[in-house]
Amino acid sequence: MSPDLTRLTLAQALDGLARGDFSSREITRAFIDAIEAANPALNAYVLPTPERALAMADASDARRRGGSPRPLEGAPIGVKDLYCTEGVRTTACSRILDGFVPPYESTVTANLWRDGAVMLGKLNMDEFAMGSSNETSCFGPPVNPWHSSGSNRDLTAGGSSGGSASAVAANLCLAATASDTGGSIRQPAAFVGKVGIKPTYGRASRWGMVAFASSLDQAGPITHDVTDAALMLRSMCGHDARDSTSLDLPVPDFAAAIGRGVKGLRVGVPREYRVDGMPAEIDALWERGISWLRAAGAEIVDVSLPHTRYALPTYYIIAPAEASSNLARYDGMRYGLREAGRDLNDTYSRTRAAGFGKEVQRRIIIGAYVLSAGYYDAYYLRAQKVRSRIAEDFRQAWERCDVLLTPSTPSSAFALGDETRAKDPVQMYLNDVFTVTANLAGLPGISVPAALDGQGLPLGLQLIGRALDEETVIAAAAELERAAGFAATPDRWW
Amino acid sequence: MTELDVRRARPDQLIQGATGPWEVIIGMEIHAQVASKAKLFSGASAAYGGEPNAHVSLVDAAMPGMLPVINRFCVEQAVRTGLGLNATINLWSRFDRKNYFYPDLPQGYQISQYKDPVVGEGQIEVDLEDGSTFTVRIERIHLEQDAGKSIHDLSPSDTYVDLNRAGVALMEIVSRPDIRSPREAGAFLGKLRQIVRALGTCDGNMDEGSLRADVNVSVRRPGEAFGTRCEIKNVNSMRFVTMAAEYEARRQIDLIEGGGTVRQETRLFDAGTGETRALRSKEDAPDYRYFPDPDLLPLVLEPQWVESIRATLPELPDQKRRRYEEAFGLSAYDARVLSSDVARAAYFEAAAQGRDPKLTANWVTQDLSGYLNKAGLDITQSPVRADQLGGLVGLIADGTISGKIAKDVFARMIETGEDAAVIVEREGLRQVTDTGAIEKVIDDLMAANPDKVAEVREKPKMFGWWVGQVMKASGGKANPAAVNDLLRARLGVEG
Repeated sequence: MSPDLTRLTLAQALDGLARGDFSSREITRAFIDAIEAANPALNAYVLPTPERALAMADASDARRRGGSPRPLEGAPIGVKDLYCTEGVRTTACSRILDGFVPPYESTVTANLWRDGAVMLGKLNMDEFAMGSSNETSCFGPPVNPWHSSGSNRDLTAGGSSGGSASAVAANLCLAATASDTGGSIRQPAAFVGKVGIKPTYGRASRWGMVAFASSLDQAGPITHDVTDAALMLRSMCGHDARDSTSLDLPVPDFAAAIGRGVKGLRVGVPREYRVDGMPAEIDALWERGISWLRAAGAEIVDVSLPHTRYALPTYYIIAPAEASSNLARYDGMRYGLREAGRDLNDTYSRTRAAGFGKEVQRRIIIGAYVLSAGYYDAYYLRAQKVRSRIAEDFRQAWERCDVLLTPSTPSSAFALGDETRAKDPVQMYLNDVFTVTANLAGLPGISVPAALDGQGLPLGLQLIGRALDEETVIAAAAELERAAGFAATPDRWW
Repeated sequence: MTELDVRRARPDQLIQGATGPWEVIIGMEIHAQVASKAKLFSGASAAYGGEPNAHVSLVDAAMPGMLPVINRFCVEQAVRTGLGLNATINLWSRFDRKNYFYPDLPQGYQISQYKDPVVGEGQIEVDLEDGSTFTVRIERIHLEQDAGKSIHDLSPSDTYVDLNRAGVALMEIVSRPDIRSPREAGAFLGKLRQIVRALGTCDGNMDEGSLRADVNVSVRRPGEAFGTRCEIKNVNSMRFVTMAAEYEARRQIDLIEGGGTVRQETRLFDAGTGETRALRSKEDAPDYRYFPDPDLLPLVLEPQWVESIRATLPELPDQKRRRYEEAFGLSAYDARVLSSDVARAAYFEAAAQGRDPKLTANWVTQDLSGYLNKAGLDITQSPVRADQLGGLVGLIADGTISGKIAKDVFARMIETGEDAAVIVEREGLRQVTDTGAIEKVIDDLMAANPDKVAEVREKPKMFGWWVGQVMKASGGKANPAAVNDLLRARLGVEG
């Protein structure tokens, strides 16, 4: 029997394709079969697109035969349902976009197809990317391929890019697009033992990505390893005149940074990230990460980011404020769900009540509240001021270090249907405590799998870098990856 | 803080109520559509009309994931307008979102400049019919998107939406409350229209809604503090602005004098009845939850760019009027009439090329304008071209034809489209200045009317009869000055 092509990393698959060991059709077929077998249990894909995948694979094989392969030629990947895909239903996993088929392709996915990638389908996510467990999806949550040792209880694959994380970890694609507004790439990646990177705000175009919070949203991939992350990121990024916040800068060859090492690199350890109630094993892992980098020649520096404790409340004002306005367009008038009512206002109310889930409604209400006359200064404006302070904290830290090392999450993956978090949204919001700062400051961040915890679940370490310095982040991540030697895979229970 | 209350109405501008005189205070917000081919944040056409929903991009329809990108040309027009209103240009400005739900507002918010507009304070001089002028301070100009159009009358139960206008660039020009009569309000709108048309930043076409005014009206006893104002929305002609303000001022006065109080509210003007009616009170005003649009970066302008726009500003109506008075020696009235409209000014200047400017001005403001008004034509549609009118003026000035004959020639020019010289030549209308020929006419008349000769020597008033007879006998072609001189000499009178 031939080796299982779905177990390859993106880089390995590209090599195999280049050598002619297998065709894009063959590896695509293998993934289609794997999805068919696993998706009923994992619910990672909300819309597999096997026919399109095979057509793209065939076109790619022809292109390769023609002798001009592109950087991701023939590589089958999954796409978070946040990205508009031309002719393919795109819902952001919300009922309100029920049946919406965009007549356009997002810039990020168009870049991936330009570079030869093949689309396997659309991946599950929290509704409008609002959530940390992917349980707000109107399609139900994807399931984490990992189970705690000796348990059959289904765990979250994290959120909001839970489908992307689940699919990569279960070998249902070579890599996946994801998006990160407060940690939605890095937290799920950490929960499934994979790599997730969010680039500097503005590196990747937001055009054609269903918006959650415009000033925080950023595209990025979830991948098997740091090399794959660098490859995906290079194709996804690039200036786009259709997004005013897109940066008009050349995209570096991120993979070239991988061999750089960390010799002489100053790695900052922010003391404020040692939060109350953090499990001892996460603290211990952090220490291990510090010693790995020190052993590899990095200089460890204690730094202070004094406004860190305000990051979460700041985030949960700014993100809902922007969301409340960004989601106003879903009014049942032009596309998506419409629940006809007695009159215009009744139609609006019925449509939005039926179309948006509870968490989305909660955030729209919070957002409308913090922007209201009389509350704007106390909430939104103050949050913006704190946001500048947080960015300033980082600027000061960069005078003393080149990259920051922190845990990715305050816990490993938790159970789906977790009662505490279901009852108290703030408990759920606390998941983002280490990741939101990078979004607020627009900085690149990566999560690298580093170890299994006592329950046998993956834990990640996060690196945050200077704006536009993804290369240092990637170089340090590659070193962490090498030192950690994380090779565990989940048992195939599905 | 800017002083708001800086003007007093003239006594004749006060409105007499049952209990005494009242002063009207008016401030205006003018929405001027930017003369741009494309919309403010999308590449879609901004053309007027078209099939419903034919000029709608993915951005205009607010499809998921669509983002606005500022149209730099529209920014340039706002800056140009600001410079034309003698206003400060803000090198740093920002776009905000004004959030509200309506079917003709696909995004669920209008992108506008709430806190930091692109143009700051300025001022303009406005002239009234009687030749007096007053100053209106401009508070700001900001750029914003227009909404689409809701059509309620196609079906008894449904409303249709046309998004062709959605996203079209508007400049909102906000005045200080410096206007003191309904007539001034109309004149202010007229003057703004002249300026934006001269600048080319708005076509000023009020029928197509390119220029619409929100009129804020309040009344007070002379010398007292401002009263509560009402805002009359979307008034779309100078005459309607005057009518609406007049009605509203009277309504408020009657209300107060009847023991009531004015409530701050938004009102609509009904051009059919000439009345305003309440739309919504201040308490019902929605909370727009303004905040900076995170999809757009702050608008940062280079000072050199602003200067390069300043360098290409055309001559504005006030400058033109001054030049017409000073360089051409035109009367204040002619200078104002001719400079107030770009097309008329351009016609006048072309016609006056190498001609007597005063005489040309008379012909443009009187005979030509009179004809065009009667025919319902715009000056750009004149059947007599500017150079042709200039040719006619030239023939009068060099004595080839008299002013009287010129009127007949002008009428023929309108009919045939021919040059004045061609008509004069063909029809033999050339003025007779040959003294011999005129003397012969006089001698013949004197021989035939000896009684009249005696009479004129007694009564110099009879001189006019002689002039008339000579002109009649010459078919109107005799040079009147020559006729006068020769008659005086032959008859021996002091005519």
